Amino acid sequence: MCGIAGLIHRGKSSNVGSELQLMLQALKHRGPDSTGYALYAENDGKNFIMRFKVGENVGEGSTSVNEDSSVYDKRKKLVDNMLGELGAKVTKEDRLTPYSFRYEMEFNDDLMEFSKKIESIESVEILSIGKSLELIKDLGDAAAVSERYGLGDVKGTHAIGHARMATESGVDIKSAHPFWGYPFSDVSVVHNGQLTNYWNNRRVLENKGMRFMSECDSELIAVYLAEKMRNGATLEEGMKDSLTGLDGVFTYFVATKDSLGMAKDTMAAKPLVLYESDDLVAMGSEEIAIRSILPQEIDTYDPFDGEVKVWQI
Amino acid sequence: MANLKTAEKKTKAQSMGLHTEVLTGKTQQKFFNPDEAENFFYWGAYDVDFNKRTDLDVKDMDCKEANRRIDELMSQGYGTIVIKNPQGKHSLGVGILNKLNLIFEGSLGYFGIGSIDGPMVRVNGRVGWSCAENMMAGKVVIEKNAGSCFGAAIRGGDLICKGSVGARTGIDQKGGTIIVGGDAGAFTGFMMQRGRIIIMGDVGINLGDSMYDGTIYVGGKIGSYGSDAIESPMTKSDIDWLKRKLKVAELGENFDVSKMTKVVAGKKLWNYDALEPTEKKGAI
Repeated sequence: MCGIAGLIHRGKSSNVGSELQLMLQALKHRGPDSTGYALYAENDGKNFIMRFKVGENVGEGSTSVNEDSSVYDKRKKLVDNMLGELGAKVTKEDRLTPYSFRYEMEFNDDLMEFSKKIESIESVEILSIGKSLELIKDLGDAAAVSERYGLGDVKGTHAIGHARMATESGVDIKSAHPFWGYPFSDVSVVHNGQLTNYWNNRRVLENKGMRFMSECDSELIAVYLAEKMRNGATLEEGMKDSLTGLDGVFTYFVATKDSLGMAKDTMAAKPLVLYESDDLVAMGSEEIAIRSILPQEIDTYDPFDGEVKVWQI
Repeated sequence: MANLKTAEKKTKAQSMGLHTEVLTGKTQQKFFNPDEAENFFYWGAYDVDFNKRTDLDVKDMDCKEANRRIDELMSQGYGTIVIKNPQGKHSLGVGILNKLNLIFEGSLGYFGIGSIDGPMVRVNGRVGWSCAENMMAGKVVIEKNAGSCFGAAIRGGDLICKGSVGARTGIDQKGGTIIVGGDAGAFTGFMMQRGRIIIMGDVGINLGDSMYDGTIYVGGKIGSYGSDAIESPMTKSDIDWLKRKLKVAELGENFDVSKMTKVVAGKKLWNYDALEPTEKKGAI
């Protein structure tokens, strides 16, 4: 099933961390296995923020193999060494869980090569790189993940998130949403649905040098859009292409540093409720997600089949 | 189950003009008998007074508790209940088999007012997916928009949305009337079997896909026709009925219904030719 939620404040910042947590918690019944946030936060915009993990959360119903936590430290050292070799200067370092890190760093070279090198280290996965994107995902519901990573006070302009019910892949962080739009900074995707031409598309994209970190069909959307944008398409053009390029049923959100978009498949088989005003757009799989931050009476609607919309901050 | 060969029942139903045919073979049908009081009331239904009115704030209730409170209020004779703060909760107002005026001051989530038989419902807000699914009788008016599967499998009554609705409106509809003041999404009338759908605005792709029977009227543009859905000429009785229905629905009294497009089943589905003559007659 899965639940997705997103919001964008136009012309101002807000407490998007706590707002998205409320929205995702309201959708917990649609996906209790893991929760993910892509928050576009008020950062200074000078340095890159890299979120990465060196292992999996092996508790809370995880399907991952248990590892001795000492390997996390070894992998972190390897990452630090590799960053030095690549010419990245870490200016701030936070260890959020034994397996999850947030680095602020100065780096001015190609992100694709950079990511390939970092992820060549065993079990290391970059969750996101961006100048405003903070991508956090872990097992548990929205409140648990927010508390674990201290998201309640994060201010920013927009955010998307996901409450996952694991179906076609494991209960683990690598299969959790959002997915980073590798190798583009500040691009993230969440999805509700099933893609039926995942393997066909994946083979084609891998032959073009794109990378997949999981076997979750939703990751395809992020990679698909990233590849379109790498070839010069705008975000909206890539999303419109996806309506025919992706087969199956889906509603997905994609966010960049200054925009938020939604796309709904031509069968309109997956739900989405949308609220739109001059200064705020809020949307979710169910109206209760929107009501969790806007309890007053408002006008909402369901986008139609094959609809693509993009909003700017 | 009534015995079809009981002359007394057959005579009563036929004398009221409720049916004319006599089914044979394995097909069974229970005929309405106005002399049997149980035909008018469900077991456990309450005798309510429409002038007895109360409010129910469901802000801090889950759907089970809210629905139980509605039932309790009906048992106390309340015939008009105003629900405050529904706030998009799912499954509110379901399974009401009673006469009742039910008013929601706000929006509903999924499966709102499903499986009802009899109440008059007004929602001063929006409704989510599968509103009024399996509705048997009564009248439901939605003041704003509705999600997908609006009126799925309804058997009777009038289901009205003054705004726009999502995809698969009237999917598997078996009777009654669905009226939409705005636009409708893809697969409207998908596999509908009887009843009528009126869309005053535009509809999406695959209108009436695989419909067995029933009629769809569209006031605006049609994205595309679904399999076995075809246009049919509007008749005077269509126009008269549409005028009356839209007036009753508080929608478009001055709307030019004569310009609407009428869509029916082409009846070329493979199994249609396999029906027995009496069944075919009943289906038409």
